[in-house]
Amino acid sequence: MSMVHYPVLERRVGDNPWKLASTGERRQRSVPREPLPAGARPAQPLPDPSDWSFELIERYHAAIAATAERFGLDTYPNQLEIITAEQMMDAYASVGMPVNYRHWSYGKAFLATERRYRRGHMGLAYEIVINSNPCISYLMEENTTAMQALVIAHAAYGHNSFFKGNYLFRMWTDASSIIDYLVYARDFIAQCEQRYGMDAVEQVLDSCHALASFGVDRYRRPVRKTLARERLEREQREHYAQQQVNELWRTLPARPGKDAPAQAAERFPREPQENLLYFIEKHAPLLEPWQREIVRIVRKIAQYFYPQRQTQVMNEGWATFWHYTLLGTLYDEGWLTDGVMLEWLGSHTNVIYQPPVGHRAYSGINPYALGFAMYRDLQRICQHPTEEDRHWFPDIAGAPWLPTLDHAMRNFKDESFVGQFLSPRLMRDMRLFSVHDDASAQELVVSAIHDEEGYRSLRQLLSQQYDLGTREPNIQVWSVNLRGDRSLTLRHTPYQGRPLAEDTREVLRHVARLWGFGVQIESVDGEGRPVQLYAVPAPPG
Amino acid sequence: MAVQIIDRRLAGRNKSVGNRERFIRRYKQQIAESVRRAVAQRDIRHIEQAESISIPQKSIREPVFRHGPGGIRDTVHPGNADYVRGDRIARPPEGGSGQGEQASGSGEGEDDFTFTLTKEEFMQLFFEDLALPHLLRTHIGDNPQWKSRRAGYSQDGTPHNLAVLRTMRGALGRRIALTKAAQRESQALQAQLEALRAAGDGASEAATGLQRQIDALKQRMGRVPFLDPIDLRFRARTQVPVPNSQAVMFCVMDVSGSMDQARKDLAKRFFILLYLFLTRHYETIDIVFIRHHTQAAEVSEDEFFHSTESGGTVVSSALVLLGDIMRARYPVEDWNIYVAQASDGDNFSNDSGNCRDLLADRILPLVRYFAYVQVAEEEQNLWEEYGQLLPLYPHFAMRKVAQPGDIYPVFRELFKKEGVPV
Repeated sequence: MSMVHYPVLERRVGDNPWKLASTGERRQRSVPREPLPAGARPAQPLPDPSDWSFELIERYHAAIAATAERFGLDTYPNQLEIITAEQMMDAYASVGMPVNYRHWSYGKAFLATERRYRRGHMGLAYEIVINSNPCISYLMEENTTAMQALVIAHAAYGHNSFFKGNYLFRMWTDASSIIDYLVYARDFIAQCEQRYGMDAVEQVLDSCHALASFGVDRYRRPVRKTLARERLEREQREHYAQQQVNELWRTLPARPGKDAPAQAAERFPREPQENLLYFIEKHAPLLEPWQREIVRIVRKIAQYFYPQRQTQVMNEGWATFWHYTLLGTLYDEGWLTDGVMLEWLGSHTNVIYQPPVGHRAYSGINPYALGFAMYRDLQRICQHPTEEDRHWFPDIAGAPWLPTLDHAMRNFKDESFVGQFLSPRLMRDMRLFSVHDDASAQELVVSAIHDEEGYRSLRQLLSQQYDLGTREPNIQVWSVNLRGDRSLTLRHTPYQGRPLAEDTREVLRHVARLWGFGVQIESVDGEGRPVQLYAVPAPPG
Repeated sequence: MAVQIIDRRLAGRNKSVGNRERFIRRYKQQIAESVRRAVAQRDIRHIEQAESISIPQKSIREPVFRHGPGGIRDTVHPGNADYVRGDRIARPPEGGSGQGEQASGSGEGEDDFTFTLTKEEFMQLFFEDLALPHLLRTHIGDNPQWKSRRAGYSQDGTPHNLAVLRTMRGALGRRIALTKAAQRESQALQAQLEALRAAGDGASEAATGLQRQIDALKQRMGRVPFLDPIDLRFRARTQVPVPNSQAVMFCVMDVSGSMDQARKDLAKRFFILLYLFLTRHYETIDIVFIRHHTQAAEVSEDEFFHSTESGGTVVSSALVLLGDIMRARYPVEDWNIYVAQASDGDNFSNDSGNCRDLLADRILPLVRYFAYVQVAEEEQNLWEEYGQLLPLYPHFAMRKVAQPGDIYPVFRELFKKEGVPV
């Protein structure tokens, strides 16, 4: 069968994921070594009434944009959208996206958000920003002028340049087509609901959501597609995919001399598969074409969010660093009044507050605080290096700070960013320490603190803490019983002896629903032998 | 740098409605149960309000593969106060928010997922499987109410109903139809004329003849009017009868000394539920409050519920007043009439038979539904007399209610969809 007729197939092999298109929006701009000089000092600062107006937003934006330009921030074009608090909650509920398909879990998220907001337990985020081209930032109607300025600097320049620059986003997400894809997904799922009933669609979506974080390719880049192509290709894909599946499950006896006899003994899949949803989409025997398409949609959207999950510290830190730097510069150059300055500094301080361990509000490391501190620290290392810095970071100590930060933003994810740039000085400032918790021991042990012996270990541990590979259990498709009961076996390889949580059986039921036959999961024990944990029979019907 | 500022405040409100509906649909069982509890317990004045609903967190969790407790964990924390390497720390108690698990600082347990149903959703669920018996709209013949609807196009009408597009389309078609033949002919002649001219015969007899013919044809075509009266089309509207959608609800309550506050409260709930139910089915609803002891009076809502009286009871006084008001103000052709009567069953002993006759003769023939609730257990003569009516009038119902929790089931039973034979 010629591939030409089925361009829909993802060309997963032979497509070099590391090669980036070098034209258009994706072209890298060079970063100046030093910020470019400021323009003329304004006669008077921008007005600062607490109520914003469109004209004011434009003026603030112009000032911020000009300053960002001087620092060489490379962004997608900006689209600022003014929305109400209610709409903000809507956006929250549908994972921040302006359109999305309908599902009860988003309703649940909405209800939870709404309730907490109404009771005053939480403020809404000041902004939501969407990795799209143009980059959409939501400004809340309730914000004051100063807050709008903060949000513009933070989202429209900080996050925006991160989305455009960071390698994970460049490789995994296609900013120009995500909105189109979501529109397509919403329409498709709405059609399915009409045709096959809400319950049927809901069940498939539930099952897919249970596996969403195991529906990502961790190492390969997906092919980019436009909405039109996506639509056009769906039908062909459905047809073809079904054919492939049928082929796999063929039960005709092998013709002597024609079919290789070794085929029967061959294991399937030949190698373990990490992308559970992809495997199900391509090989589940009983799925209807529309169900396969839904699996695909959930998988694609999960893939789109995959970089965000890996760059929280970097992304928030970068945006925070830039709103701090941009607004600070504007103030120094006489654009902002003292009132505006104090107001945004107030919010800024709240955002980067890191309660110490044991504090009532402590819930782990605040990614804003850590990210912001790290970029500031990097800037310091470039501008005012100490002896220690020269020893630890010989490459960047004393180097121009703009290109250094740009490099740090583009080429890392949280895990490697911390591993590379967390300095001893910052560890001391944050008074980091690590606790070793072995469930088999009676007590916890403080394994490292911010001292000479502890720096490397601390840095490594913190880096690991941001590694998705260790945060989520390692589960792969191990084998399928092709000639017997068609059951699917998943294999869990424990990391540091951590067992799976209780709801694993529930998840397995979802897998079984998609797979259509029995599913079991086994875990590799200390000696490398697989031990069966749970088995779920084929779903009825 | 290019920037676009868009005001989205007016667009796309309530984008989550669909998601919210799906959530409520999925957990209908649990939510309906909560609603039932709420109705049975909560203060009636706030019946038509949002309600906060709790669902066990466990039943709505979305399972994913994740690590359970156990194994080896190394976590980095900020804010070291006095630890040094090798220090041993007692393990924090299980379930505590020790190891970087998110603390539930919101003050409510992790056990329940709580959210607020809007007033509409609450009532929707509340009335979910109820429908008024005899919800036959008053027949069209009885109450001519008309509504004007679009009904295509017609050939005549008033100028302001002129459908311009239709008219012009028709005119265009007519012009084409009337001129096509002549046009074809004139083109043919024109071609002949050109041929003659090309041959140098432009001034010949034949050429002038042709020219004349062409001119005549052109004139004929010119006489086809651009717009002709037969082209005119008008938007037609037609009158369709609509069923009557107004109802009146009579609340009749005994306020004599034997009706204590608790009993009144029960009655009150019943009235409110009936009212709420009617609001779902009728556009306009009038309520008439009639209270009685030995004498009956029409009163305001506030007085009805909150003033206390003492003395004996003559139920028929209220029924007489009810009949009078019905006849005077709510002609049966225009109104759907509902009556809800609440009493403790206590009545002046000679009066009950009288009441039965009044109901049978003057009231039941006119009303859509008559519901009687007795807010006391013991059966007195009123209950017996009313009981005789029960088999005769399918739209008459009576029940006993002893405590607040009983109201809702009774209400449901009274108005159960198939409960009362039509």
